[in-house]
Amino acid sequence: MAAYFLCLVLFSIGLYCVLRKRNLIKIVVGLGIIEYAVNLFFALVGYRARGRAPILSADQVISNMVDPIPQALVLTAIVIGLAVTALIVAIAIKIYEKYGTFDITKINKLKG
Amino acid sequence: MQRNVEPGMTLIVKTITRLTVGLILLFGIYIVLHGHLSPGGGFAGGVIIALSFVHLMLAFGKDVALKKLSAGVASLLESFGALMFLSIAVLGYIGGCFFLNFFMNKGLPFHLFSAGIIPLCNIAISLKVGAGLCAIFTALVLLNKTDT
Amino acid sequence: MNTAPLFVIIPLGTAFLVSLVGKYYKRSSDVFSNVACCILLGLSFYTLSIIRNIPTHLLVYKIGGWAPPVGISMVIDSLSVFMLVTVNLIAFLVTVYSVDYMNKYTDKWKFYTLFMLMLTGMNGVIITGDLFNMFVFLEIASIASYALVAFGTESEELEASFKYAVMGSVASSFILLGIAVLYSYTSTLNMADMALSLTAKGPAKILPFVSVLFLMGFGLKAALVPFHAWLPDAHPSAPAPISAMLSGVLIKSLGVYALARILFNVFGVTDVILSILMFLGALSMLVGVFLAVGQWDFKRLLAYHSISQIGYVVLGIGLGSPLGICGGLFHLFNHSIFKSLLFLNSGAIVYSVGTRDLHAMGGLREKMPVTANTSLVASMSIAGIPPFNGFFSKLIIIFACVQSGHFGYAFWAVVGSVLTLASFMKVQRYAFFGALGKKRQDVKEVPLAMQISMAILAVICLVASTLVLPAFSDFVTSAAAVLSGGKEYANLVSGAFK
Repeated sequence: MAAYFLCLVLFSIGLYCVLRKRNLIKIVVGLGIIEYAVNLFFALVGYRARGRAPILSADQVISNMVDPIPQALVLTAIVIGLAVTALIVAIAIKIYEKYGTFDITKINKLKG
Repeated sequence: MQRNVEPGMTLIVKTITRLTVGLILLFGIYIVLHGHLSPGGGFAGGVIIALSFVHLMLAFGKDVALKKLSAGVASLLESFGALMFLSIAVLGYIGGCFFLNFFMNKGLPFHLFSAGIIPLCNIAISLKVGAGLCAIFTALVLLNKTDT
Repeated sequence: MNTAPLFVIIPLGTAFLVSLVGKYYKRSSDVFSNVACCILLGLSFYTLSIIRNIPTHLLVYKIGGWAPPVGISMVIDSLSVFMLVTVNLIAFLVTVYSVDYMNKYTDKWKFYTLFMLMLTGMNGVIITGDLFNMFVFLEIASIASYALVAFGTESEELEASFKYAVMGSVASSFILLGIAVLYSYTSTLNMADMALSLTAKGPAKILPFVSVLFLMGFGLKAALVPFHAWLPDAHPSAPAPISAMLSGVLIKSLGVYALARILFNVFGVTDVILSILMFLGALSMLVGVFLAVGQWDFKRLLAYHSISQIGYVVLGIGLGSPLGICGGLFHLFNHSIFKSLLFLNSGAIVYSVGTRDLHAMGGLREKMPVTANTSLVASMSIAGIPPFNGFFSKLIIIFACVQSGHFGYAFWAVVGSVLTLASFMKVQRYAFFGALGKKRQDVKEVPLAMQISMAILAVICLVASTLVLPAFSDFVTSAAAVLSGGKEYANLVSGAFK
């Protein structure tokens, strides 16, 4: 139970980074922390008491295993997060070329 | 990078890179091929294969690395990997259902040539992920060079 | 024949085919994309006719032959086919339009690759019957749209795309968190199975928490107030065909459809959720139209009106009564048609004149007759003037409000409609009527392909009002029946699995 609560604390730290930091790259790092926290929460959901890794082996008898579905889903979610991070970092680099700064209070041409 | 006479890192790093790049590539291929027997599979193996290319680029500079795998070839491999995955899925239509495994026999468990279409899908995914990551890294490096 | 996977295979295959050969053969990307969208449109009409003839109005497809809940399933029912027809119709007309429009940008093949990927994601969200599969397709469509908004790589477009990407990713993380909590509670990911399991377990304390998470996540994708802040920056900055797709179908397929499907069919709506939906809908309606009246940038004005009209749709769906849901879904269809037409008009103006500022236009009616007339049709539709389709759908929503006793909401809906009329009269007067400026004497009409797609959309604006007639109203009422049936969906689908 404490593990889940700590995951949500990590999520709120990431959310604070996205909301309050002024540097573009720090916002991207905050986004990474949010994704990390959600993936960790999802992987922890699959834990079963006294379970072992869900891999069948030729010479071992099948005993208690943790749930393998969250592990497969988290793998997909990590790759999706990687793609989003790559895209956002590329956009941030081009923004630096056009505006000359990483400060979001100065990148505000769109108003109204 | 402006004050170095030659691109890349020091001689020690270059020597070690020459030794380890091939091993990293081989390890990545091992993880891809044994995806149905041990942890790993297409995604993780593809990332490790891309890492060998990134290792080369970091140690030797971008010109040497781009001679080995240019941006056009990476883009081509990426599309080819995705189309291979899609065609494996569509071939299942012949058996009656999307993604049905009808043309590879299931084989004996725990052997390398078993588990139907899963190894083929792993290879397709690793091509896509590996080439995709190489292309992303190349694009970011080339982006950096064009502004200053 | 079960056509369900084709809606995902065809655009995905086209995307990667265009990515392979589009760089080398210049016209091939146009040909492939248009042919693929035409095939998809035909397939969606064919699926509509199949669904009509099946007694249970349900098509279930098990991927790989694996039986659910172990395997992933694709479920097409009346609501899905309603959304499929909408999405593929707009996608086909936008691809026809972008054959000429995208000549203004470089690298047309990259545009078509991303466009087809976005279409894959939208179709996938509509036809899937599995919750995590919906999340994956949602992400495919969202990432493609982040890249498409930044397509011109000017400074404003990059800033808008960055804001949109960060906010969209946070929303997707909320959705994933909700899915994780739901999975831990019901230990299944299949939507029908989850609905049955939730009914069996009885009312749970975890459901309000997950509902709020989903409302935040999907509400941001649907641009409900207070999650709307990305839309007025992102939609104007995108190229005009992409603005039409984003405003016309993306916020509906990813936002409103997914939210409605999960809240109505998987959770089962309670009065609390319905009143929250109605309140957010009414708030969006008013905030959108009040902020739109003062805009002088044509596309930014249209983007604020998108927020307002989505407020109408959510208000209609949030009423919960069959008439209300009918009105909401009909307005969803109509809004896709006339909002895409309006954005394509603004693209035509940018193509010929080169500006989006309403002060700098004037008297374009004489030089651009097709654009002016179709924009007049679209403005009358969105303002709710009979006999165009907007009038009927807004009328049904207001009737449903009065019928359920919510007189306050009906009053604010009428106020919103009047203000919409005012702001579109401003657009028409400044852009098309009035005197032609001296610099604008050599403005020409746009090329033929763009004219054809705008004209077809204008004709559909008029023809769609016949959907109210009893002979054709089956299209909307059967879709609404799926939502008001609630958990019936789960029973029908699990019956079809055996």
